[in-house]
Amino acid sequence: MASLAARRAKDTTIKAISTGFAVLAIFLLGWILWTLLARGLPALGLNVFTEVTKPPGQNGGLLNAIVGSLIQIGIAMAIGGPIGIFCGTFLAENGKGTKIGSAARFVNDILLSAPSILVGLFIYTLLVVPFGGFSGWAGSLALAILVIPVVVRTTEDMLNLVPVGLREAAFALGAPQWKVVMFITWRAARAGIVTGILLAIARAAGETAPLLFTSLGNNALSTDLSKPMASLPIAIYQFAGSPFDDWVSLAWAGALLITVGVLVLNVASRLFLARSH
Amino acid sequence: MTSAVDPTFNISSSVAARPDALAAPAKIKVENLQFYYGSNHALRNINFHVPEKRVTAMIGPSGCGKSTLLRVFNRMYDLYPGQRAEGAVLYDGVNIVGKELDSTIVRTRIGMVFQKPTPFPMTIYDNIAFGVKLHEKLSKAQMDERVEWCLRKAAIWDETKDRLHTSALGMSGGQQQRLCIARTIAVRPEVILLDEPTSALDPISTSKIEDLIDELKQDFTIVIVTHNMQQAARCADITAFFYLGELVEVAPSDVIFTNPKEIKTRDYITGRFG
Repeated sequence: MASLAARRAKDTTIKAISTGFAVLAIFLLGWILWTLLARGLPALGLNVFTEVTKPPGQNGGLLNAIVGSLIQIGIAMAIGGPIGIFCGTFLAENGKGTKIGSAARFVNDILLSAPSILVGLFIYTLLVVPFGGFSGWAGSLALAILVIPVVVRTTEDMLNLVPVGLREAAFALGAPQWKVVMFITWRAARAGIVTGILLAIARAAGETAPLLFTSLGNNALSTDLSKPMASLPIAIYQFAGSPFDDWVSLAWAGALLITVGVLVLNVASRLFLARSH
Repeated sequence: MTSAVDPTFNISSSVAARPDALAAPAKIKVENLQFYYGSNHALRNINFHVPEKRVTAMIGPSGCGKSTLLRVFNRMYDLYPGQRAEGAVLYDGVNIVGKELDSTIVRTRIGMVFQKPTPFPMTIYDNIAFGVKLHEKLSKAQMDERVEWCLRKAAIWDETKDRLHTSALGMSGGQQQRLCIARTIAVRPEVILLDEPTSALDPISTSKIEDLIDELKQDFTIVIVTHNMQQAARCADITAFFYLGELVEVAPSDVIFTNPKEIKTRDYITGRFG
């Protein structure tokens, strides 16, 4: 057996290494946030919210991108949210030990980690090429496909946490399964399910790759879903690589907007979970 | 088959004489029942009668099949593929394990209360209204009346009348369990199944539930699974002893706890095994 001093030394070393890496991780994140704030805040004028994309030097803004992002995320959630919740519900309530359940769970896990650019290419060949153009619909659908696996997974996990006894108690009163699910299990798991939805929104808000081949981007303010549509990630991609200083600072402003949005959603979901437990 | 019971055995002192225990008509008749969990033959050839408006206790060591039988009575096993029953459980003459009968109808007539209190995540009032609304369309006034009626029946009205619209999750465990009994009564079943209803409760809550069981048998047929033999002796009119998936002996409680016929029963109630 090693001496007390040797064991203390080992303990101190391991503690120092793990603390060091924890500090490094926090430092890197802090650095990113600091750079984002330092570059994004000065660029975040009123024009960002009121003006659309303009030629360099003309004090343009991100209105078209903000509106486009909100529309596409909204439609993506309207399509992907219910599909995800119902699929997750099936997996937790009916799909245990069945072939279709295991297959769906497996495919969902793959989709969860699939590169998002693949989803963009998929929608590109499925919608953009046959219908002859980039569109807001294509962008929304690509985001919907990204949202589904996140919602499926969180919904299934959260429903699995509902005690079996609660379901049996509802069945014991003579409730049919759809009422047990709607009024008892969903209700018991609702905080977790809502959290999954918020996290899915956060994921969709930051995706660039699936939008590149689908909604493309648009320099004018457009709410026509059959036409190309702007979005914040695409605007950042477009502006950040440009040689014009005012466009680059708009990119920083857009990045700050997304980050703050995602942060707010994450904090909101945590508060929501904490409050209902 | 056996001689007198071990003299150190003292449950008999708490057993009341139940002369009319077997005189009541049978509410549930179990005939040649077999039950399987997949390939595991969990209940073998069970035959016995549950008398109407009496308390029937089912006792036996863990894994003996008593809870399984209770879950057959309201078709709880239907929820799990791979579990199946053969034979007959006649409820007022109708075979309830037959596939042709809708399990929700069975569960409306034969209610169940579980080991752990299972309040739904909603208000006390809605906990009761949920079950009632499944089967009846009541006006607000009628529903208020029903809620009060069943809470009074479950002896919990005084504790809940001022907080009907607060969450049921804020009640104590004993209160939650009585709410679960109230919720079961609210749909007006004829039979109430209790699966170790007091094993998660403290002694005071337990005695309240036992008093309640005594009250409820005026209106309902009650079947209780319990690990606590004093509880069976105190509450039950007849007691059935199960061992390894078989019904060993069923008799009025005073007989089974003072003068059992079978050696296995005597060994179990005197604590030699189990």
